[in-house]
Amino acid sequence: MLCNLSYDIFMNHQFLVFLKALLGSCKDLLPIILVIAFFQFAVLQQPMPNIGDILIGLALVVLGLTFFIYGLEMGLFPIGESMAQAFAKKGSISWLLTFAFCLGFGTTVAEPSLIAVAEEAAIVAASGGIISDTIESQLSYADGLRFTVAFAVGLAIVIGVLRIIRGWPIQYLILGGYVLVVLMTIIAPSWIIGIAYDSGGVTTSTITVPLVTALGVGLASAIKGRNPMIDGFGLIAFASLTPMIFVMIYGMVIS
Amino acid sequence: MDLFLEFLVTLQETVVDVLPILSIILGFQLLVIRKPIPHIKQVGFGFVYVLIGLALFLLGLEKALFPLGKMMAEQLTAPEFIQAGEQVLTNIHWSDYKWVYIFAAAIGFSTTIAEPSLIAVAIKAEEVSGGAINANSLRISVAIGVALGIALGSYRIVVGHPIHYYIIAGYVVVVIQTFYCPKLIVPLAYDSGGVTTSTVTVPLVAALGLGLASTIPGRSPLIDGFGLIAFASLFPIIAVMAYAQLTEAKAHSAEQKAEKRNRIKIDKRNLKQKQQGSLKESSKDKLNR
Repeated sequence: MLCNLSYDIFMNHQFLVFLKALLGSCKDLLPIILVIAFFQFAVLQQPMPNIGDILIGLALVVLGLTFFIYGLEMGLFPIGESMAQAFAKKGSISWLLTFAFCLGFGTTVAEPSLIAVAEEAAIVAASGGIISDTIESQLSYADGLRFTVAFAVGLAIVIGVLRIIRGWPIQYLILGGYVLVVLMTIIAPSWIIGIAYDSGGVTTSTITVPLVTALGVGLASAIKGRNPMIDGFGLIAFASLTPMIFVMIYGMVIS
Repeated sequence: MDLFLEFLVTLQETVVDVLPILSIILGFQLLVIRKPIPHIKQVGFGFVYVLIGLALFLLGLEKALFPLGKMMAEQLTAPEFIQAGEQVLTNIHWSDYKWVYIFAAAIGFSTTIAEPSLIAVAIKAEEVSGGAINANSLRISVAIGVALGIALGSYRIVVGHPIHYYIIAGYVVVVIQTFYCPKLIVPLAYDSGGVTTSTVTVPLVAALGLGLASTIPGRSPLIDGFGLIAFASLFPIIAVMAYAQLTEAKAHSAEQKAEKRNRIKIDKRNLKQKQQGSLKESSKDKLNR
């Protein structure tokens, strides 16, 4: 009887948490709905097309966001932090850096938005006469671009983790990166620049970001003398900077 | 039933995307760390929730938001809308596109608020800072940054300036701010540039860029269509640092005000004591007489 009661309370509590999360997701989505409704009715002055589909879609988005955030705090954050602590306890920097590289490279190389951008970039290059206009050369160009970006992200996480271990201040590394980007912009061929700049933004996916953030914060809290706020963040910043530099290098090598 | 099938397909795609991450984690956990994962059941369920959530989220976006948002981007940039009735654009002026800039800013702001990876980073930042950084304020400042960035990026496509002038100028602003803003926020601000552009923002913003670049004479969709994402990942850095600077300035001025008020209070108290003192003295004088 008592057991049953506590189970009921537990279920009720879980349900309330879920309901609260659901409400939060609705709030997160409200701005998009308002913007789209305003432009559709007030600016373009058109009726909403297939309203049924849109309502179903919105319900799915709200539900999806709720599940995602729920799972984030249950699974992704804890695993990132526990691995960071395990590596810190083990004390092997080389294994930690290997893990960092694999995480960066592995999550980026299969990233769908990167694959899409690489394919588009190959079409630009072919139409611009940079590479020959055959499918094989386009494919090899797109693959080259993809592996370049993935390598750059892997390297970025390695540098970022090394920075956390050593406690280097982030601003000098990032500013150095900016100087490199500017220098590369001057010498790299102009057709690669737009793609290179965009490749910095598309590399970090929805699952990589929480995992990498938890890894950084976990490492900074496990290592003595590091502040998780100052040293724990910044891994993603490196991951969106190095691809720009490496894609411009790739452009120079190709041409 | 169709919906369920579509969900299964999306779920399968999401699982395939996550497979490399999962194998790296498991590989290192089993072969290098060689310890069981703590709370394995909870973590496993967490992963399943993340996968289901992401699949539902993507399916919903495909069903509701992307078609509508992309259609709007096309309609707003179409020549018929920009110059009422004209089929081909001639002699355009940048101010003809005012609705495009407003749409760019609004869609940039609203999609960033719903961006799952930004939510994740904001939750973590609030947790780590012990509440000193508010998750919602952080998300709103990032969203304002994205809004400004995408609006400016659309302006750039309309007028046709080269992209690197804008990006380099942005870098200069970031560098200057880095030296003046509170140290605690710098790494988080740098991170916020990378997390803004993912699942929700990229497809809509790309549609806007392509729509603009393909209707304006002299722009190539393949060259000028790129670049909006770069704007959307630079301006949040500036916005987050500006937010920290504003909060600090506010706290500082509040402190000064409080100090001033205290000083006035003390002055008044001193004055009163003096007055009372002199009163007492004068009464003493009277008594003495």
